[in-house]
Amino acid sequence: MNHEKKTPLIRLAKRDGMEGWKIWCIRCGAVLFALLLGALVMGLVGANPFTAYGAMVSGALGKKSAIRQTVKIAVPLLGCALAIAPCFKMRFWNIGAEGQITAGAIAASYFALFWADRLPAPVLLTVMGVAGAVGGGFWALIPAFFKARWNTNETLFTLMMNYIVIGVVQWLQGGPWEGRKGSQIIPQFDEAACLPRVFGIHCGWIIVLVLVVFMHIYMNYTKHGYEISVIGDSVNTARYAGMNVGWVMMRTMFLSGAISGIVGFIVASGANNTLYDGVAGGVGFTSITVAWLSQLNAFAMVGISVLLAVLSKGAETLQTRMAVPASISDIITGILLFCMLGCEFFIHYRLIFRKKKEARNG
Amino acid sequence: MENTVCAIELRGITKRFGEVVANDGIDLKLNWGEILSLLGENGSGKTTLMNMLSGIYFPDEGQIYVGGQPVSIRSPRDAFANGIGMIHQHYKLVDVFTAAENIVLGLEEPGRLDFRAAGERVRGICERYGFDIDPDQKIYDMSVSQKQTVEIVKVLYRGADILILDEPTAVLTPQETDKLFDVLQAMKADGKAIVIITHKLHEVMALSDKVAVLRKGKYIGTVNTAETTPQALTDMMVGHTVTLNIDRPRYEKPVKRLEIQNLTVLDGEGIKRLDGVSFTALGGEILGVAGIAGSGQKELLEAISGLCPVGEGEILYTPDGQEPSNLVGKTPMQIRKAGVAMAFVPEDRLGMGLVGSMGMTGNMMLRSWKKGKGVFVNRKDPNALAMQIWKDLEVVTPDTEFPVRRMSGGNVQKVLVGREIASAPSVLMTAYAVRGLDINTSYTIYNLLTEQKMKGVAVLYVGEDLDVLLELCDRILVLCGGRVSGVVDARKATKDQIGLLMTRLDGKEGRS
Amino acid sequence: MGNFMNLFIALIIAAITYGTPLLFGTLGETLTEKSGNLNLGVEGIMFMGGALGLGGVFYYEKAAGAGANGLVAVVIGVLCAFLAGVLASLIFSFLTITLRANQNVTGLALSIFGTGVGQFAGEYMRVRENGYISIGNHLKTFFQNSPFPDVLQKIPVVGGVLFGNSVFFYLGLMLAAGMFFFLNRTRTGLYLRSVGESPATADAAGIAVERYKYLATVIGGGISAVGGMVYIMTIAGCVWNHEGLSGVGWLAVALVIFCMWRPLSAIWGSVLFGALMILYLRLVLPFIPTQIYKILPYVVTVVVLIVSSMRNNKEKQPPASLGLAYFREDR
Repeated sequence: MNHEKKTPLIRLAKRDGMEGWKIWCIRCGAVLFALLLGALVMGLVGANPFTAYGAMVSGALGKKSAIRQTVKIAVPLLGCALAIAPCFKMRFWNIGAEGQITAGAIAASYFALFWADRLPAPVLLTVMGVAGAVGGGFWALIPAFFKARWNTNETLFTLMMNYIVIGVVQWLQGGPWEGRKGSQIIPQFDEAACLPRVFGIHCGWIIVLVLVVFMHIYMNYTKHGYEISVIGDSVNTARYAGMNVGWVMMRTMFLSGAISGIVGFIVASGANNTLYDGVAGGVGFTSITVAWLSQLNAFAMVGISVLLAVLSKGAETLQTRMAVPASISDIITGILLFCMLGCEFFIHYRLIFRKKKEARNG
Repeated sequence: MENTVCAIELRGITKRFGEVVANDGIDLKLNWGEILSLLGENGSGKTTLMNMLSGIYFPDEGQIYVGGQPVSIRSPRDAFANGIGMIHQHYKLVDVFTAAENIVLGLEEPGRLDFRAAGERVRGICERYGFDIDPDQKIYDMSVSQKQTVEIVKVLYRGADILILDEPTAVLTPQETDKLFDVLQAMKADGKAIVIITHKLHEVMALSDKVAVLRKGKYIGTVNTAETTPQALTDMMVGHTVTLNIDRPRYEKPVKRLEIQNLTVLDGEGIKRLDGVSFTALGGEILGVAGIAGSGQKELLEAISGLCPVGEGEILYTPDGQEPSNLVGKTPMQIRKAGVAMAFVPEDRLGMGLVGSMGMTGNMMLRSWKKGKGVFVNRKDPNALAMQIWKDLEVVTPDTEFPVRRMSGGNVQKVLVGREIASAPSVLMTAYAVRGLDINTSYTIYNLLTEQKMKGVAVLYVGEDLDVLLELCDRILVLCGGRVSGVVDARKATKDQIGLLMTRLDGKEGRS
Repeated sequence: MGNFMNLFIALIIAAITYGTPLLFGTLGETLTEKSGNLNLGVEGIMFMGGALGLGGVFYYEKAAGAGANGLVAVVIGVLCAFLAGVLASLIFSFLTITLRANQNVTGLALSIFGTGVGQFAGEYMRVRENGYISIGNHLKTFFQNSPFPDVLQKIPVVGGVLFGNSVFFYLGLMLAAGMFFFLNRTRTGLYLRSVGESPATADAAGIAVERYKYLATVIGGGISAVGGMVYIMTIAGCVWNHEGLSGVGWLAVALVIFCMWRPLSAIWGSVLFGALMILYLRLVLPFIPTQIYKILPYVVTVVVLIVSSMRNNKEKQPPASLGLAYFREDR
């Protein structure tokens, strides 16, 4: 029979859905596999993987001060992932979180630098937060407007917007907001403009946890969230249901940028107590992977951002204790992301191996 | 004729898709220098059959012979190797490439790419058959008929002697159609064998030497065009009337609900999709809409529900006890709020009107999401509605959160139609509501529609199956090429009568 | 006047030096994107190319000692960088083409991974070799100096601009011309573009879509990676310098858009962008902050992006299927 020859050795078919426990097994398997590969890398550079992982975990979670540091890394990651989720849900590829964080940080810093002596601390911080949200929001609105109006490619647009605003910070650093002449550094914020500490960490972590709940509710229980889901599934259906797609796009991007802007405010005011061009420091990009790997689920983002923060903090310890460069954390993070991205394939597709009697062929 | 070698011969070709038998033991013969029309209603299996010749599908049973030799065609490449080329309904061309670039795409010719030589060959083909295209013109600058020409030249360039055209005239103007037919005659004179898939009778009569008729996946027979009449072909195509026993009560006092006056709709490329359509739909009756696929059914429903812009004309809507108002210019939301509901089941079932990734509840919300004040969506009422439809229509699903994309086709349609009915509309439009459904589920839907009619709703039923239209509807509006070619009383009309109205494209009858 | 002319010529030569790594990065990414793959990992790829290219040359010099041949060193540098890029984009290709992962996210992950690998390798070598990795002056000249004889370079006015650049600039020119020829004049190039425009059409025409995507992405990644090596060997003075290299990859992504996916435009585009990278050092104008120059490349790219979408010119658009995964049964 010539049918046999036609069927390739392995075929792909879309899977119709899988039980939840199986999905989580695959994902956990992917994480384990990634750690295994990471161990291999460590072995290659001559570090004992067991002691290395041990050092990383103890370095990230061993002491109270270490935990604080880890949380500090996780906070912006989580906040930004929350910001990106609605855009990605809408299939609007906003990869401009990096710039939106920075824009928010600039707006917040303006008040920190020039209004600190005129406002009482709580008011000042509120104003800074609002300014951060508005700044980030407007920065995100620009590409959204062009996408809605002229269908300008949002992936490339948002990407470019990152570097423009980072350049603006560099200008501020060397120009109008420069502290000591020639230092290229913006002065430290006034005490009043720094986020107060709770349990030894700036209270940004509380803001972000509130945002987790807020975004969970927003995405799942509000009219806006419903609109976003429908548009992400089918723009035609959304129009049929009477939704104004362009408007929803701009509104969602504003919200996304606003949250990133708040993150920018948290980082500038809480973590750095100043503004510099590395305020986002790649968080905007890493958080995209956090959001995507969490399947845009707000609570899963908590877990993944903490995982990445542990890796990153643990790698610092690795550097001091075992003289392995801290950039190993980026490598392991990369491997982890690759494995988790790859494992989704096995959740969504089915491999069909050629059998002796294949009933159908395509 | 009997002693010449056949260009193509099919013997006992069968193709199944799951449970559905698309082609059931089909035999077909075609000689060199002949044009064969493959005639049949939508869903009769014409395209499936031809796709097996062009290498898209592989037959489950049966054997194909090309030039008397048994062959197995596994891919489009194999088809070309056997000299078979098919021009699909949806052209496969790269927009930013020139005609010549598209024509040579995928060819494995030795030597370097030489567009001058390729262009010369293209021009040669064009001259030989009277085509008129510029090899250096970009596809995006071309009209639909020019694109089609590129597809045909592409096939000829690959040395095809057997051409299959899938509804080539569907997108052409009458003048372009005439030109195409001249070209096809020239190719026939050149000894090529041509199959044209169509359901337009006058084209069949004008062009072909032989006609093969399919009906519901079965081969009915082949006749010589010279020895047949449109009447006889219609009989073969639609078959004898089948009694379905659909319950059809009469509503006592139908009232005027929707009056369409001189409605004209242009598509994005400026082609008239609806041309001066006028009719009245009454509350308390089911108005069937019959017509060949693409005669303007979709545009008609979309125009009424506000989804596609109206070029000209008026849509007057009279709710119970109110003055008539014009729906033209209102947003889809306003029209729906006024009580006009549409359930359109597109070819891929999802896409319009349903959100595949959501469950029943989420899809119920599509109609109600904006209701109520505050920022939160009301999930309780839609969920109750979903539960009710789940129970009443016997939708097979584990729960109301199960994504509709993963439901079977019939269940998806129940969800869609059920939701539209639940909004208690005064105009209910359905298109292809029973597409791909089994008999029992179809009856459930018929009964639902009849129930609505008896409540005084004006039901518009766009359907494919003439038997159903004749038994379910009160009146039938027949569309042909975007125009109304007739409105008949479904209780008195015959299938032949409608079949002829559907294919009346020769222009002289026009509007009647 | 003469003084101004000299300044101007010096500026152009510097712009070419800074533009050359961009030229490679952009040409590689153009090839990748022509197949419909949007690989946002260029930054990471260039990091890997830079570190591994430097490593290759360093260990070659160490092994060969004084007898090290400059030409061989250049070839080794290019090969090591190319190989690094091939490996990196192989990961990307496997994930996005075979496993159909989201291209944006995978590209960003590759950026993280690649910068990590680059930095790790750079640091690791530095630590192992007791704090300093540098190439001897003898070899350096082969990377940094012009391959042309002095006579040509000394031609007044045009000599320096035409003949005074590093060998990589001329390689880049040849590559750009070659890529233009490949994409627009050869059968394979035509088929590759069809894959990026409409994979379904290409598939129906019997073109092996996945194979084309793999090859274009992998070779494109290799070319981009060479750009990273060129940066390290020419601008950074043969010393690992992640500070300087960071951002070059993103600039290359921007340049692809700015040039509207045309390899020949990439030549002047990269020189222009190179000029903008260094203009703040050379052209200090009153009231204009020097940092403006640094954001100008991105601003003009955004403007190009907006204008092209507003005009809706069919020719000047991204490849139509850019960023989308192709699965035949989705049709």
